Amino acid sequence: MAALLSLDLLRAGYGPIDALHDVSIQVSEGEIVALIGANGAGKTTTLMSISGVVKARSGTVSFDGRDITRMPAHEIVKLGLAQSPEGRKIFPRLTVLENLQMGAFTRSDRDGVATDLEKAFVMFPILRERKNQPGGLLSGGQQQMLAIARALMARPKLLMLDEPSLGLAPQIVVQIFDVVKELNKTGMSVLLVEQNARMALKVAHRGYVLETGRVTMADEAQKLLHDPRVRAAYLGE
Amino acid sequence: MTPLFAALDTQALTQYLINGLSYGMLIALVALGYTMVYGIVELINFAHGDLFMLGAFLGWTIITAVFKVSPDDAVLGPVALLVCFVIVPAFCGLLNFSVDRVIYRPLRKAPRLAPLVSAIGVSFIFQNLGLFWGGPQDVDFPKLVSNKNLLGLDATVRFTYQDLLVVGVTIPLMIALTVFVKLTPLGKAMRATAQNPTAAQLMGINTERVIATTFILGGTLAGFGAMIYGLTINSIHYQMGFLVGLYAFTAAVLGGIGNIPGAVLGGLLIGLVRSLGSAYVGERWTGALIFAMLIVVLVFRPAGLLGARVREKV
Repeated sequence: MAALLSLDLLRAGYGPIDALHDVSIQVSEGEIVALIGANGAGKTTTLMSISGVVKARSGTVSFDGRDITRMPAHEIVKLGLAQSPEGRKIFPRLTVLENLQMGAFTRSDRDGVATDLEKAFVMFPILRERKNQPGGLLSGGQQQMLAIARALMARPKLLMLDEPSLGLAPQIVVQIFDVVKELNKTGMSVLLVEQNARMALKVAHRGYVLETGRVTMADEAQKLLHDPRVRAAYLGE
Repeated sequence: MTPLFAALDTQALTQYLINGLSYGMLIALVALGYTMVYGIVELINFAHGDLFMLGAFLGWTIITAVFKVSPDDAVLGPVALLVCFVIVPAFCGLLNFSVDRVIYRPLRKAPRLAPLVSAIGVSFIFQNLGLFWGGPQDVDFPKLVSNKNLLGLDATVRFTYQDLLVVGVTIPLMIALTVFVKLTPLGKAMRATAQNPTAAQLMGINTERVIATTFILGGTLAGFGAMIYGLTINSIHYQMGFLVGLYAFTAAVLGGIGNIPGAVLGGLLIGLVRSLGSAYVGERWTGALIFAMLIVVLVFRPAGLLGARVREKV
């Protein structure tokens, strides 16, 4: 399978410190890839570098056959790469509907946007119920749903999810991972960043382990799930 | 009966209210520029009042030097006015955009103090330009809009053509701004960028373009304010941007900085306190009254009247 997203020796960081050291990651079409690691390992920085919000210092990011390393963040979205960021980052004083409209900001196909809005409401009925309320009034789980639905409104080829399970009740986590699997069945590729390594590796095809800015393991998700080092470090066994 | 109550006849009160609201709308126009820019880049643009001053000088030059309008000219006057109401706002919008592009934008990721001090620097540069342009003395701004009473010569309450100008310009502008921010994609992108710039980028919003638009809009409103100031106060001065800017900034803080209706509310309140205060307490106390009101409001509502009570961190 062709690599949809490919990070090649990516180095990036903040101020004088490099948070990522020569990170290489691939996501193929139709794949769910989990990126697991401890707090501060560089998972969020990786996603933000892919999205163009944090600029790469060296190395390359290519997506769908194009080099996007130096591309401004707002142009990357147009290529079909959307992110539901860590901490959800919904717009608290925009309504739920407006939040979703923002997700489709780069699109001009009104009919397609209307269709996708309806799909989002079917996927998360609570969002339809509360569509005219400010996003900031939603509960944590609802905000997570909104953040995912908002990213989907870009109709991405690759969806990146940063800690979608953080701070959520177990049933809602299950619900959100079910959605991820459903989306993948429709052909969407997913790059999943999680501290909840067990959940992530259960839904993913492949996984990478990130430690202090370096990829230390890369394998099929099932193998990682049974790897003694992963079990000891990330699965609490 | 105290003298205060004796003075409370309704006609006089109505008059003070009209005067206060009229001045308040002017302050609101300038306050919008402070609040919109703060809302989007968290910068208190200290040069905003002086931008307003330069707009007034441009209007004065167009009227007196380009059109050479004499005060009673019935034909050239309206033409000059129309030209001014197009060129002055455009000039202020472009100048504000340029200052952001050249000075503030390179400092976007610098510590907060760097753009703030730069804004103070721009303020001084603008004042010096104004001094060079109009000289150190008060400059007469031609009275192209009369202060004849619209309610009739014998009416005891005065609502003049000048008041009509203020209302006729500011209300449509505020409605247009509200519609723009609430309903258009760029307006929504503006609110999104103000609430979370990183998330806005992730939506595919070109946040730098949104910021540029904000500076243009804020500057344009200051340009309209400058024309209204010239035409109603009829005297301009290179340092006038300081006091008007200070009142406008206060209005923005009073209403809740970053909040558009808040800036309008704050402006109107300041206009009313200024007018009622100078009528019932004494003109020399108006500054003290306005800032006393600000302090009282901030003690009870630190984020301003319409500001978010807690900074929403999601």
